[in-house]
Amino acid sequence: MRFGAQEFFRGPGQPFTITFGHRVLLPRENHVTLEPNEWSVGKLVSMATTHSAEAPDRDGLQEHFDATIARDQRIEPRDWMPDGYRKTLIRQIAQHAHSEIIGMQPEGEWITKAPSLRRKAILFAKVQDEAGHGLYLYSAAETLGADRADLTTRLIEGRQKYSSIFNYPTLSFADVGVIGWFVDGAAICNQVPLCRSSYGPYARAMVRICKEESFHQRQGYELLLTMMRGTDAQRAMVQDAVDRWWWPSLMMFGPPDDASPNSAQSMAWKIKRHSNDELRQRFVDMTVPQADKLGVRLPDPELRWNEARGRHDFGTPDWDELKRVITGNGPCNDRRMERRRTAHEEGAWVREAATAHAAKQAARAKDGAAA
Amino acid sequence: MSDTIKGDWPLYEVFVRGKRGLNHVHVGSLHAADDQMALTHARDLYTRRNEGVSIWVVRSEHIAASTRDEKDPFFEPSADKVYRHPTFYDIPDDVPHI
Amino acid sequence: MSDDHVYMTLAEGHEDDTRWAYGTGFEDPLHGVDTTVPEGVDAGELADVCVALADDALVSAQRLAEWTTRAPELEEEVALANIGLDLLGQARLLYSRAGQVDGTGRGEDAYAYFRDADDFRNVRLAELPNGDFAFSTVRLLVLSSWRLAQFAHLVAHPDPVLSAIAAKGVKELTYHRQYAAEWVVRLGDGTAESHRRTRKALEQVAAYFGELFTAYDVRDEVAAVLCQVTGAAGLPMPVYRPLPGAGRAGDHTEHLAPLLAELQSVARAHPEATW
Repeated sequence: MRFGAQEFFRGPGQPFTITFGHRVLLPRENHVTLEPNEWSVGKLVSMATTHSAEAPDRDGLQEHFDATIARDQRIEPRDWMPDGYRKTLIRQIAQHAHSEIIGMQPEGEWITKAPSLRRKAILFAKVQDEAGHGLYLYSAAETLGADRADLTTRLIEGRQKYSSIFNYPTLSFADVGVIGWFVDGAAICNQVPLCRSSYGPYARAMVRICKEESFHQRQGYELLLTMMRGTDAQRAMVQDAVDRWWWPSLMMFGPPDDASPNSAQSMAWKIKRHSNDELRQRFVDMTVPQADKLGVRLPDPELRWNEARGRHDFGTPDWDELKRVITGNGPCNDRRMERRRTAHEEGAWVREAATAHAAKQAARAKDGAAA
Repeated sequence: MSDTIKGDWPLYEVFVRGKRGLNHVHVGSLHAADDQMALTHARDLYTRRNEGVSIWVVRSEHIAASTRDEKDPFFEPSADKVYRHPTFYDIPDDVPHI
Repeated sequence: MSDDHVYMTLAEGHEDDTRWAYGTGFEDPLHGVDTTVPEGVDAGELADVCVALADDALVSAQRLAEWTTRAPELEEEVALANIGLDLLGQARLLYSRAGQVDGTGRGEDAYAYFRDADDFRNVRLAELPNGDFAFSTVRLLVLSSWRLAQFAHLVAHPDPVLSAIAAKGVKELTYHRQYAAEWVVRLGDGTAESHRRTRKALEQVAAYFGELFTAYDVRDEVAAVLCQVTGAAGLPMPVYRPLPGAGRAGDHTEHLAPLLAELQSVARAHPEATW
């Protein structure tokens, strides 16, 4: 039997579209939920009929998976995995990829207006990196049997989400610095633990991404340091940007733990390594001393050091606002989606032309070989 | 949506030799309409055009594979050997220096 | 996890702060190069050459930046940004050289942000709006072929700095030309629609050929490239027509002033600021 790369790199095909054979009765009467597709089902059926004595691995799919997770080893594309694990991963990786791609927009608006050529080059390279990160992540999602075109369709039809933070407008060039400092800083808090995610391709993509994100955060902070040493108008721009981005940045970590029902399962699967609230706390603890050094005020009257906890206390973000933004009613949701949709649709003739040319070339090569 | 699906580019797997003395390693995938575009994209995306590295690209559907993890419950160890066979990669070493 | 180890080694190859200073370049091309103007080189002429080539690059990079978040596929986002970053890097080096030799001591930003359209010396083809992907790739093909031919000559320039900049640029421009040529062939050969768009783009671009062939005698080289590419793409070779005026003399279309207004907006709103 010849397995295409779809299986090797992508995992077993499209697990959600095939409707037969969800449950297979194995010799020892273990019920195993499968990713049903032609070869897995066929294989299991044949196993069931041979009724071998040495079948502990074969009927212990869930156990094998659980043991791999427990040993902190990675799940790789062709391994058996629970349906929920696959679905959760696809959703999480796709959201992450969409966030990178939509995240190009708020900063991308400033590439053409960057006030020095050095800043222009840095920002251009940074936004380019985000396109690259999106591609790494879509690539990881495709190892699970997802298809990038399908994920893109889901995004532009509003059926899959991206990070709420990118629905806020960038009003001045200081926003570029604050996005680097806060948003990329928050992303690093979120993402560094994901380098140890249980799913191999995702973890490996995150290693690359985290290396580049640290540049991003540094460039943002360095821009703000420079601006704070500049004119009064520049300092005011920085403080204004900090005031606007602080709370949305805290919301990036998602709803509080008691309102985040899927988190526990994701943590058990080691798809997620820390809770939303823990990551939010880390971000605050990391950022407060940086704000002091920079000479800006974080807009939270409740923010103070708690000696007993050894951490900062801080106020509660406006969770209703997060809900509004996530459900499509943030200040820039429509604009962001419209841009992505337009680029995709206006690029269709280009993608088609390349496909048509490739087909013609292949036909010519065939004719040439036949002649 | 049929328009966009018609134009969808196939998936390529990308293998990069980071420096001399190392094997090519699978680094990820990308979409491209043809081999040349796949090499160009791979260079842009996975090496950020770092000179001197070597890139292989191959249409994902052309790779035959078996797992090497004997504990993998689905596969006999000898399911398919093509992927592991060195001559499977019929791409000369110097292709990537575009 | 030996694969992981190799994978990490791969990623480590890219850790280098200098990429931020020179676009996607990894090293300072001027490292160790003597910056004094050699005897026999006219400093004023050298500065003019540098500014003209820098203006072409900056204006082109600005147009490429406008493609950001609008490219026809995500892989092309990365590719177009690479080209834009290369050109931006070339512009910065060339402006810096101009400032060193024209006696003003101006930095790169003085040239980019505090000159008006009349003072820009880029060719008009570079400043035209992006149009569709066909127009942008056809223009890129022409401009990169033309620039590559010039840079290949400039490698032998007596000024060691300009020579070094050109040597670095030749590698970059070779890639730009290849990228553009591949796309023009795909679009010309692809579908009826892409063929029509590319043919139209060639005609539009050809109207601005006239001023490209003055500084260096590179017309034959560029024509040979275009002939080869259009042949492979099944497109007619565009007709060359003279064009009155010259971007090199400060003549521009109505499109340059708005491009510069955007580019310069923040810098001019805060003339005392440091960034």
